[in-house]
Amino acid sequence: MTNSNISHLRGLSAGDSPQASGKVRQVPIPSEDLSSQKQLPMSADKIIEATNVSKWYGSFRALTNVNLTVRKGERIVICGPSGPGKSTLIRCFNRLEAHQEGEITVNGIRLHNKMRNVTDVRRNVGMVFQHFNLLPHMTVLMNCMAGPMWIKGMPEAEAKNIALKFLERVRIPEQANKYPAQLSGGQQQRVAIARSLCMEPAIMLFDEPTSALDPEMVSEVLETMTSLARDGMTMVCVTHEMGFARAVADRVIFMDWGHIVEEGKPNDFFTSPQHERTKLFLSQILSH
Amino acid sequence: MLYQDTVEPEVLVHKPWFVTSIFAIVLAICLMFDLAGTSFGDIMRPVIGDPVQSGIAGRVAIAFVIAVMFCLNIVLIGFAPMKVQIGIVWIELLLLSLAFFKLFNLSLPFIWENLPYLITQGVVTTIYVSAVSLICASLIAIIAAIAKLSSNGFAYAIASFYTSFFRGLPLLMQIYLIYLGLPQLGIVLSAVPSGILALSLCYGAYMAEVFRAGIQSIDRGQWEASRSIGFGFGVTMRKIILPQAFPVVIPPTGNMFISILKDSSLVSVLGVWELTFLARTIGQPSFRYMEMLVTAAMIYWIMSACLEVAQSRLERRFARSTMR
Repeated sequence: MTNSNISHLRGLSAGDSPQASGKVRQVPIPSEDLSSQKQLPMSADKIIEATNVSKWYGSFRALTNVNLTVRKGERIVICGPSGPGKSTLIRCFNRLEAHQEGEITVNGIRLHNKMRNVTDVRRNVGMVFQHFNLLPHMTVLMNCMAGPMWIKGMPEAEAKNIALKFLERVRIPEQANKYPAQLSGGQQQRVAIARSLCMEPAIMLFDEPTSALDPEMVSEVLETMTSLARDGMTMVCVTHEMGFARAVADRVIFMDWGHIVEEGKPNDFFTSPQHERTKLFLSQILSH
Repeated sequence: MLYQDTVEPEVLVHKPWFVTSIFAIVLAICLMFDLAGTSFGDIMRPVIGDPVQSGIAGRVAIAFVIAVMFCLNIVLIGFAPMKVQIGIVWIELLLLSLAFFKLFNLSLPFIWENLPYLITQGVVTTIYVSAVSLICASLIAIIAAIAKLSSNGFAYAIASFYTSFFRGLPLLMQIYLIYLGLPQLGIVLSAVPSGILALSLCYGAYMAEVFRAGIQSIDRGQWEASRSIGFGFGVTMRKIILPQAFPVVIPPTGNMFISILKDSSLVSVLGVWELTFLARTIGQPSFRYMEMLVTAAMIYWIMSACLEVAQSRLERRFARSTMR
């Protein structure tokens, strides 16, 4: 069986499983609500606003005049062929990477290289990495408590409550006292999600969260992400899970070589892509 | 231990070619010396008669017996399990070195007489000097390592000049420079503080490189994760990077600690009454240099061994902490 077949099946298991299928039908309604809001001049709703963003690595141009606005509660999936751009873009949103041209405003704060309040941005933007990046020398519980305690100055007991609450949310409270290395990949990724949630962020960024996982662990992470989306979390996900995109996303954005080639609602995007490049990509990822 | 294969290798000391060549080598070495005049000759008296008159035959016989004993020894040890092998070989080597020191005809009463003072004054001073230097050196090293990794030009320049200078000068020279040079600036330090300062600065420079390597060995993802949660530089360093770098730097830092302990003997040139200084001066009046030097050497060895044990304990503890 080829890779793309598997990824297609993954999509089925995440989106069309009995629990999730009810949700799939409900998604279009709030997304249409959101799109109707789009017409209104509600700039307060914009949580990420990127205008004409360009970035170079040396002489190599990783992002070219990217324009993207994310509104509160919106779920956005960024996909595209391998190559730079997608991850770089969302890593610019919490200033893990610096953009050289254009403007990015996150949660009302403009990002630039002389900013003094970058922490104010980062504590409100959760990020989940491809390789989890849990802190290996701390227990799962401590991984989750560290942020609230050391940044918000929360007392230990309160931080513990919050950590346990979110570990429960990702359905692994029983692993709280283990070390990351003792968990499976899928469990580690769910801990990473819980760790970000403990900071109670306004936005969650997902940087290929399932790419490093064994096939049977992908669905548990996707289910966690789906349930987050259902609760109205603002999410920007770089992912190749097209089933997830179809089921959860309000908008799908297709990037190639640092350009946004096409964006649209998942239905339009998957059924009637406009650009040749998109058609080719979709045919490669969905057929065989 | 290296990453062991699942297939047991053949025992080297049981291979005929290996045993034969060892036999030949030992035989050749023993033939090079005239062992007839030594205690070996006395033991062999029943076989070769009077050792002095035995001539070439006696020499060959002695060498042959030694070579056979040696080969028999290693072949037999080869049968034992690894832990027993380690124990036996350690004991044999210890006995050999004791026999070596016995050749010096050391006066044991003289050693016993002076040992208490050697310990209460010499060992205490040595431990004091090296412990203080060890702590100061570690602090200097952490700061210098972070400075060398920073993007601040001043910090990098100062730290790299510091490491280059203090790694590039012989420690003995540094001790003299600090003891004799600083008074020129009006700063007069007595012997012990100048010794400690020199040791701290010198080993701080070496350890800065060790710590730098340790910090750099931590995955970039750890920095990114900490940053994405919102931790600042200080918290990231103290709570995330340094704790993970610590297990990596234990073995090289153990090396440095042992070196500090031994190089504290250089402070004796300033007249500090530490182990080496006392060992030299106590023996002087009666020309019993060897007694005190050998004793001091053994004491240094014991202290280093303690540090080695501490190091391996620490290593084991951190290996167990389920980091991977």
